[in-house]
Amino acid sequence: MAKKHLPVSRRKFLAGVAVAGAASAVPPAQAATTASASAAPRRPSALPPTAHVAAAESGTPNELSTSRIGGTPGSDFMVDVIKTLDIKYAPSNCASSYRGIHESLINYGGNKMPEFLTCTHEESGVGMAHGYFKAAGKPLMTFCHGTVGLQHATMAVYNAWCDRVPVIIVGGNDLDAAHRPPGVPTIHSAQDINALVRDFTKWDDTPVSLQHFAQSFVRAYKIAMTPPYGPVAISLDAGLQQEAMRDHGEKLYIPRYVPSSPPQGDSGAVKEAARLLANAQNPVIVVDRAARGENGIRLLVELAELLQAQVVDQGSRMNFPKTHYLGRPPTAVNNGDVIIGLEVTDFWGTVNAWIDNGERGIGINTSRIKPETKLISISSSELLTKANYQDFQRFQSVDVSMPADAEATLPALVEAVKAAIPTDRKAAIDKRGEAAKKAYAEQRERTKQAAALAWDASPVSTARLTMETWAHIKDLDWSLVASSGDMSNWPQRLWPMERYYHWLGRSGGSGEGYGAPASIGAALANRDLGRFSVSIQADGDLMYAPGVLWTAARHKIPLLAVMHNNRGYHREVMHLQRLSNFRNRVASLGGDLGPIGTRIENPDIEYHKLAESMGWWAKGPINDPAQLGPALKEAVAVVKSGQPALLNVWTQPR
Amino acid sequence: MRMLHVFGPVALAAGLLLTCGGAYAASAEKGKAAYLQHGCWQCHGTQGQGAVTGPKLAPDPMPIETFTAFVRTSNRAMPPYSEAILSNDDLADIHAYLETIPKPADYKSIPLLNQ
Repeated sequence: MAKKHLPVSRRKFLAGVAVAGAASAVPPAQAATTASASAAPRRPSALPPTAHVAAAESGTPNELSTSRIGGTPGSDFMVDVIKTLDIKYAPSNCASSYRGIHESLINYGGNKMPEFLTCTHEESGVGMAHGYFKAAGKPLMTFCHGTVGLQHATMAVYNAWCDRVPVIIVGGNDLDAAHRPPGVPTIHSAQDINALVRDFTKWDDTPVSLQHFAQSFVRAYKIAMTPPYGPVAISLDAGLQQEAMRDHGEKLYIPRYVPSSPPQGDSGAVKEAARLLANAQNPVIVVDRAARGENGIRLLVELAELLQAQVVDQGSRMNFPKTHYLGRPPTAVNNGDVIIGLEVTDFWGTVNAWIDNGERGIGINTSRIKPETKLISISSSELLTKANYQDFQRFQSVDVSMPADAEATLPALVEAVKAAIPTDRKAAIDKRGEAAKKAYAEQRERTKQAAALAWDASPVSTARLTMETWAHIKDLDWSLVASSGDMSNWPQRLWPMERYYHWLGRSGGSGEGYGAPASIGAALANRDLGRFSVSIQADGDLMYAPGVLWTAARHKIPLLAVMHNNRGYHREVMHLQRLSNFRNRVASLGGDLGPIGTRIENPDIEYHKLAESMGWWAKGPINDPAQLGPALKEAVAVVKSGQPALLNVWTQPR
Repeated sequence: MRMLHVFGPVALAAGLLLTCGGAYAASAEKGKAAYLQHGCWQCHGTQGQGAVTGPKLAPDPMPIETFTAFVRTSNRAMPPYSEAILSNDDLADIHAYLETIPKPADYKSIPLLNQ
């Protein structure tokens, strides 16, 4: 696309190179003589050589002293643009459609800021960027082939979209159908590669000039990094990368990046929300992605303590300390008279229940709350609603709705609540706090006693796995970078999570294959920050793109991966069992321990050998809980030395 | 069933249950097999310990009458099991198996739960 404006097109230039190459096969002096012979009468051969011939005989050939493209590659300028934005890594799978910028990055750019990390799958690159951001608070970029690579990447992009995580995706694409190489490169080209991900990215563009690229890239970064965060895509023409920078008589410039402030709730709505909360008998705060860092946690604690309100943390981020007496399970909404949801994606599902056990296969809808309960929502998700994919969940009417960033709105809300609390309510609020402390202590007792059930079972109980792991990391500056959702939430129930990085949340889109790459991306960030990373790695998740294990070993990313290997797609097990029961049929197991098609056994996958083959220290299978502690001790020592380690633990289903 | 080594001799104990077919000597051993065969363990764990997917069933399972009524007519998260897919005898065996599961240790005696 860019080359249509060139005085000499890329293809013509290449043709010229071919001609020049043929000419250069002729000895320079002869070439010069031949050239002059056609222009002048014959001269005696004994004359001294001309300056041109002398230079041709003794000088450095042009093709060795300058770039074949006759100038500075456009992709060098692109690297200059990228370097202004503090992007540390580019985990990517290599591809010809972005070879221009790849070459510039590693040679011209010195492979720093960003450093190219070799991935074996595009989904791994995006997943690593996803996990990295949640640990570091800074985005990464990833390059991919515009068509086949981006198709590989899409599930991970959808996860990032649903999880409100910025990732900058640059897809190579050769737009010029008249000049691009035929065959595979043409199959791998498209009119509009960004169409693949447009429904679940915040913004995309296809720059047609270098100045356009500079604007688009800085804009993409800015959009991705403005809450609500999200992935963005840039389609990068192969011609624009590979051609020389041209002189338009106008100097190229790189726009300065200035962060945008996040959107804050309307002051009138904040005041009304405060009035409702301050006068509530039993206010409940529900949080999902409310905190974007330590400041968000601090603000939530301040709001909760001000009201002595119970807090239900749905866990897509580390929002509220697990050691705080106001933390409560999801059922706390049942008795709330005012419920405020902060960055809650599924408000309907928060205040209602859906039971997959209705007549004729239709689920049962029930309300969890009283009809008079007042609902308040502060959520930036409303600013990012698109039509096609249904991540916006069921519609829930609320009494006060603020399409705004919760963390940015909290300071104003805290002040408004302070002003709104009637003096005669303060004693009742304090009493509410005392009751919450008692309830919290009782809940802790019940949780620990529940953890003791099946403590010595083989396969290992998920509670035992959780606490055996805890014993080996509790004295470190630890970060649980990802955890299988099928662990009955034992880490969140038993570990004293208090810092933002103690728990990085889940995938967002519930797309399998997130855990492994996101763990490794987060571990990369934690490595640079001096933290110890641990993940609880599900078996099914690991098999989507296990090559990311190699990336971790190759780039020396330390991570302790403790497997929750229940040898099946457990959620699907129950779907099949449920449907079999509804249809009055015995579920066919086919020799496995679950309905046909839902188990990962016969043969069992030896994940420890898989990891070992890619450069990890690994051990397993561990079926006896007594063996877990010693294995963890070894594994932690390996990780502390800077290497990744995996334990293949056979576990109870949940 | 190679993965299950959690039951001692107590698992051989049998209960006695009156079913529609008359007296039936419920077998904990058969119950363990039926518990696995019918997928109970997937949500409740191999020792009936419960999980986020299903409540604790043992130790101290609910009375057989309540247990049977719930399994047959559940309108909650657990799908109902009709007699056509889970016989009364199998159900009695499963209950007998759950009755054999011993109480866990007090968590206060488990060092890892008191860190």
